[in-house]
Amino acid sequence: MSFDDAYDALTDHDDDARWAYGTGFSDPLAGVPTAVPDGVDPADLAAYCLMLGDDALVMSHRLQQWVTRAPELEDEMALANIGLDLLGQARLLLSRAGEVEQAGIEQAGFENAGGPARDEDALAYLRDPADFRNVRLAERADEDFAHLVARLLVFATWRLALLDRLTSSRDPVLAAIGAKGVKEATYHREYAAGWVVRLGDGTDLSHTRMRAAVDAVEPPAGELFEPHEVELRLAAAGVAVDPSALREEYDGVLAEVHRVATLPPPPPFEAATVGAGRDGVHGPELVEILNEMQELARAVPGGVW
Amino acid sequence: MTDERVFEETIAKDQRVEPRDWMPDGYRRTMIRQIAQHAHSEIIGMQPEGAWITRAPTLRRKAILLAKVQDEAGHGLYLYSAAETLGADRGDLTRRLIEGRQKYSSIFNYPTLTFADVGVIGWLVDGAAICNQVPLCRSSYGPYARAMIRICKEESFHQRQGYELLMTMMRGTPAQREMVQDATDRWWWPSLMMFGPPDEESPNSAQSMAWKIKRHSNDELRQRFVDMSVPQAEALGVTLPDPALRWNPGRDHYDFGEIDWAEFKRVISGGGPMNAERLAHRRRADEDGAWVREAAAAHAAKRAEARA
Amino acid sequence: MSDEIRHEWPLFEVFVRAKRGLNHVHVGSLRAADHEMALHHARDLYTRRNEGVSIWVVRSDDVVSSGPDDKDAFFAPSGDKAYRHPTYYAIPDSVPHI
Ligand SMILES: [Fe+2]
Ligand SMILES: [Fe+2]
Repeated sequence: MSFDDAYDALTDHDDDARWAYGTGFSDPLAGVPTAVPDGVDPADLAAYCLMLGDDALVMSHRLQQWVTRAPELEDEMALANIGLDLLGQARLLLSRAGEVEQAGIEQAGFENAGGPARDEDALAYLRDPADFRNVRLAERADEDFAHLVARLLVFATWRLALLDRLTSSRDPVLAAIGAKGVKEATYHREYAAGWVVRLGDGTDLSHTRMRAAVDAVEPPAGELFEPHEVELRLAAAGVAVDPSALREEYDGVLAEVHRVATLPPPPPFEAATVGAGRDGVHGPELVEILNEMQELARAVPGGVW
Repeated sequence: MTDERVFEETIAKDQRVEPRDWMPDGYRRTMIRQIAQHAHSEIIGMQPEGAWITRAPTLRRKAILLAKVQDEAGHGLYLYSAAETLGADRGDLTRRLIEGRQKYSSIFNYPTLTFADVGVIGWLVDGAAICNQVPLCRSSYGPYARAMIRICKEESFHQRQGYELLMTMMRGTPAQREMVQDATDRWWWPSLMMFGPPDEESPNSAQSMAWKIKRHSNDELRQRFVDMSVPQAEALGVTLPDPALRWNPGRDHYDFGEIDWAEFKRVISGGGPMNAERLAHRRRADEDGAWVREAAAAHAAKRAEARA
Repeated sequence: MSDEIRHEWPLFEVFVRAKRGLNHVHVGSLRAADHEMALHHARDLYTRRNEGVSIWVVRSDDVVSSGPDDKDAFFAPSGDKAYRHPTYYAIPDSVPHI
């Protein structure tokens, strides 16, 4: 084998039959029509895409923070995969939000008509915390691995139920994102449920920690099922999912996981908190996330990466 | 034929030694040490770049970097897997790493100061790793050679993403171009050190070459790397920080300056800027995860008992 | 003594079918607490680039293999049966499609 050129040297081994090596990558939105569906307010649709996109972006950030800190190397792989899946969903949803927002501007004939749409990076890096629409669950910091898997179980169970229904959205882009996301979220839920069961029904120590984690994470999760007015309007138009409809599936899954994990039944939701993430009301945790995420992008104005 | 003859013939005929074959103790020990150090390097090597994932300045770069750092964890696992075919145990190897009894590549003991470091690490550090590793795809130990093939394929993505990032930054603001030059200045010499001590001071090399564990000498590989990198630096528009670097038509190679081997020895034996932090970070992850791993083992035992 | 440290989880061997119509091929090993986890880990570790359509995991200590010492008894008897191989038969180049 020559190695004058490292890439040439590698081609000796491009023997796919012997060495499984990836093929068949595809764009989930290839050929999907992008026009805003009839009778839908583009501002509503853009806001909805931001909600689901911010959920994924912020949750992915928390998973990124686990990289090099996971309990075992195989879990590094798994958590990075989940983080990448959510980051991919976030990019599609933020791009859609920007594109639909611009369509609304054109439609209304505002001054900035004809300008470029805000792209995924403008939306991720140049918005302030009050403009983020993610649920508060996504931004919470994880005290330990039990908290992470408890939070991931709640998040993935809810999101899987949501994406599953989104596949029949009248907006073909959301339907396609839903179809892609269902496969991903199915795995995320399985991964999280597997760990909640192992920790719940593991050692005395892990049982105690798992119990503390679900007691901390699950009660505030009521926010996930409280519909925002944008969600209600779009659900009525056949575009979005009314989150209150997801409650039954969520309750069933959580109860079953708790049972197998030898944990007491899921604790009841707390009464709704002061403000909701969907309205841009966030804790100091989101501020801390955005400081970290946006610091460099904002520090080099005009930078290209 | 004696076991030893069979082994020697396998090596002589350029065939692979496989896990259950007889092999000299020295071969097994050398192989375990080399594969383990390599695996440790992949795992420790996640840290310098891992620190930039949450701060990556675009979502595309964030996805690329997360996938890259994840690949390094994968490389560590492929290699630990190869070491385990020789009778080593990953739990034990990890212990040796975090107790400082086994080494890893000294390159990861330098800090990553700006995002340009991510690009330069891909270009130079992964580039040097590829130079080192492509010949190892023909290493005499089968599981190691196979792991290296898989790793080299993935590394080529690493090097290209790094170089592409640098090309993009060089088209950006003056501050960005300065970042790229500064990162190149800091990583160039440590990259050259990645090939190990000069041949005359590399005591184990002769035996490793005879066993075909290694196929080229340290200095030979280092020269290849320099020859490959100079035109890449020119295309990028950065200057490599070595005034002695010039083409030598007589040798048909680039001449380059003297490497600071005192620094190399200092860093490899623990005196680098980040040694303590890298090991402490790995130790913390291992210790913080112990209760999780134990719980999973306890759960699996309960399940197995319930089935029995 | 720290030489006796063993990993908390057993070792599993992983086999991946790259695409329909091909055999599962051994790709390496990993650590997992149980089979279910091993399958998940195998998916995350060995099929990140669409390398597979199916995975097998087997506990390494359940693998029974022929040793190098059995080599002659196991494999030598087929060494002289070249008539099982198509190239054993000389066919003139002028005969097509064979
Ligand atoms: Fe690597
Ligand atoms: Fe790499």
